Amino acid sequence: MLQVSIYRYNPETDSAPYMQEFQVDTQGRDVMVLDVLHMMKEQDNGLAFRRSCREGVCGSDGMNMNGKNGLACITPLSEVVKGNKLTLRPLPGLPVIRDLVVDMGLFYQQYERIQPYLQNDEPAPAIERLQSPEDRDKLDGLYECILCACCSTSCPSFWWNPDKFVGPAGLLQSYRFLVDSRDTATSERLSELEDPFSVFRCRGIMNCVAVCPKGLNPTRAIGKIREMLLADGT
Amino acid sequence: MVTNVTNLGRSGLSDWLIQRVSAVVMAVYTLFIVLYLLFNPNLDYATWSGLFAQTWMRIFSLLAFVSLAGHAWVGLWTVTTDYLKPTAIRVTVQLLVILAIFAFLVWGIQILWGA
Amino acid sequence: MSNMRSLTFDAIIIGGGGAGLRAALELAKSGKKTAVLSKVFPTRSHTVSAQGGITCAIASADPDDDWRWHMYDTVKGGDYIADQDAAEYMCSEGPKAVFELEHMGLPFSRFDNGRIYQRPFGGQSKDFGTGGQAARTCAAADRTGHALLHTLYQNNLKNNTTFLNEWYAVDLVKNANGDVVGCIAMDIETGEVVHVKSKATVLATGGSGRIYASTTNALINTGDGIGMALRAGFPMQDMEMWQFHPTGIYGAGTLVTEGCRGEGGYLVNKDGERFMERYAPNAKDLAGRDVVARSMVMEILEGRGCGEHGDHVFLKLDHLGEEVLGKRLPGIVELSKTFAHVDPAKEPIPVVPTCHYMMGGVPTNVHGQAIMRGEDGKDQIVNGLFACGEAACVSVHGANRLGGNSLLDLVVFGRAAGMFIEGALNEGIDYLDASESDVETAMKRITRWNESEGGETVPELKRELQAIMQNSFGVFREEENMQKGVKQLAELRGRIANAYLPDKSNAFNTARVEALELDNLMEVAEATAIAALERKESRGAHSRYDYPDRDDVNWLKHSLYFPADKTVGQRDVNFKPRTVDTFEPKVRTY
Repeated sequence: MLQVSIYRYNPETDSAPYMQEFQVDTQGRDVMVLDVLHMMKEQDNGLAFRRSCREGVCGSDGMNMNGKNGLACITPLSEVVKGNKLTLRPLPGLPVIRDLVVDMGLFYQQYERIQPYLQNDEPAPAIERLQSPEDRDKLDGLYECILCACCSTSCPSFWWNPDKFVGPAGLLQSYRFLVDSRDTATSERLSELEDPFSVFRCRGIMNCVAVCPKGLNPTRAIGKIREMLLADGT
Repeated sequence: MVTNVTNLGRSGLSDWLIQRVSAVVMAVYTLFIVLYLLFNPNLDYATWSGLFAQTWMRIFSLLAFVSLAGHAWVGLWTVTTDYLKPTAIRVTVQLLVILAIFAFLVWGIQILWGA
Repeated sequence: MSNMRSLTFDAIIIGGGGAGLRAALELAKSGKKTAVLSKVFPTRSHTVSAQGGITCAIASADPDDDWRWHMYDTVKGGDYIADQDAAEYMCSEGPKAVFELEHMGLPFSRFDNGRIYQRPFGGQSKDFGTGGQAARTCAAADRTGHALLHTLYQNNLKNNTTFLNEWYAVDLVKNANGDVVGCIAMDIETGEVVHVKSKATVLATGGSGRIYASTTNALINTGDGIGMALRAGFPMQDMEMWQFHPTGIYGAGTLVTEGCRGEGGYLVNKDGERFMERYAPNAKDLAGRDVVARSMVMEILEGRGCGEHGDHVFLKLDHLGEEVLGKRLPGIVELSKTFAHVDPAKEPIPVVPTCHYMMGGVPTNVHGQAIMRGEDGKDQIVNGLFACGEAACVSVHGANRLGGNSLLDLVVFGRAAGMFIEGALNEGIDYLDASESDVETAMKRITRWNESEGGETVPELKRELQAIMQNSFGVFREEENMQKGVKQLAELRGRIANAYLPDKSNAFNTARVEALELDNLMEVAEATAIAALERKESRGAHSRYDYPDRDDVNWLKHSLYFPADKTVGQRDVNFKPRTVDTFEPKVRTY
């Protein structure tokens, strides 16, 4: 029997959040945390959490498992459970709507702020725009982001200034467009980022790198943005 | 773009640069002082005050003090904007920090160039 | 109901996957008041899971490639019940749609000359099947769906599309004339139920693989659009046609792209034999998906399956080397390590045919307009209702979809629906408003769940439904077993109609969403079962032991399922493409 302690909060009935204990019979199998959540939902129909693809590509089920952010669907129990105990909490730093469901509004706002779309002021050719494999390689490790928010919600700088600091996820995407050989808005993008908060609130704590379920490295991307700002602004 | 009037350079880039450059100055100054103390194990007051009587040392020290002031302001400004959310408290603390840094800087100059 | 809030749009698009976002983009650009209503944040839609690519004759890998060859493959792959005017439209418009995606920023992989990378996929040929294997699937590594969905979402942000994210469409609202004039939807976060009024309602709700116990589909693929349309009385086409993807990871059901075989991987049985050489001597592992899936099941049934229970086969990739795997199939390496505990650079991946794609759906024309049967027995447009993507049956996939044609379907027909609606709105659309009782009709279902006071609960009923479908309507089908399945489903329908929703709270009540989804699964399952029983032949993905051959005399037709009396009729397949000669039905071999 796995002991699961899970954060519960229903705004209609609970005056404050609380931790609830569950006993889950996994029959000794090393299932994913998401499977455990489904088993718990059969015990308590009211348990709320997001999920969709169940294979780690949609980014729905980011949550805090035994203190570390990750995706429930690709996290086997063997990776997180210590001493037969699993503690599940919503992603830290964002307002909780219900149980493990957080309001991701601030996270999405920061994503939208970096203008996450290709900008090219030249007329498009009749076929595709050409891009060398070397230039395309520069997008690897950037475009794969699934917007699960595991990184930004583990970042103290984002906790303190979620309205001003773009956060690791947004900055990773910002760099994805800055470095795309097909994008022509580089200097406009950079001028939007040179203030003291958007990029420079990153203090290189690297929690984002430690938790990214896709193995991406936002800290490195932020460093690259700083280099570009420096080259552009000096 | 997030605008903010209380930071030093009015731009994250210049703040960042100030912090890096000032850190290098302070590191060099610290290294110099440490080495000086190592090479002068039986340091007496005359030697010590002789060092600070030279103009280049005064300029070097002033540079280190100014760097310290800039470095401290950027750092403490960041801390106040992280942790002090009520505006009144944050601005008050920021003003006190400015006052303290200013006072220490003037005091430092006075020591360097005073009697 | 008079106190219910209402929202009004020119067009409402239900579903935020590839098809919905592509349609929305077209409408947002034209300045029409458009909203995308999606039960999940758009980038969580199932398009994100598409891996291998988007098949299209952009003449990159082969400068002489021709969309007509692609059309031939598509028609043949669909076992000749794909509508040839639709296949013609998709294959000829495809390059435009793919280049648009590239211009929007989709990070396609590249050849050395800077053009979009294309890889071979199953069922692809040059020169109408005579010129050998083609490489026609445009790819962004093995994350093409992810790249495509994010690119479309990003461009909708750029064009200020309105998003109703985490809203759930409950049912369609019809006016007194039977026109579709909007829907009832629930804001999941607050539980508020809203009447959404619209001149054009687009079903872009994707597939419904969750009717099966084992599927590559996301947990959200519950056929909501199909369920809504069926409850509104509209017919469904070719619902018996379900694609079983040859390579779902054994045990987990997660997809392993056909691109693995395109890059040179192949299937082996327990003796290490590359068995596809026997079943499809020319195309081998790159035969049509239905052919490969059946061959795998034959191997397993004849005792040559792998593993302790001999119930799967192996996909061998190790000979490709770590560099190719890392460059072309990085996502697959990740997935196999996570779900099969296997490093494909060292060991083969255990795979088994797994429910993957619904070829059937809402019958539409190439403009996305939904079609029903008029009183004269002929096709009749349903006013106000559109469908695109997997929820629609245009039909370009016929009885079996080719790999990589799904993403092309999404963007081509999402775009086409958007363009058509824009034109129709410009010309002016004026339907009768829904009356209060029309709205109440659409509210019936959610009201029933909200007032339920005991009975069976959703998870157990869902499991039962999935087991019935898995057991009676799998890769191979047979009369008696299907009869049993249909009977079981009829009984299950009665129980679901009396099922119980214990949690009636409003804030982010996922239990209510799952209850509403169960109704839709039931609709899709029953349509599938009854249509499958009716089609007495084997064609494409529909394979029967008792009718092992294709029957062009009686069944070179679409099936049309009518929900009112649960009967199945036939609809003519289009054999009149506009610019090319008809592809006459031939024996289908690979």
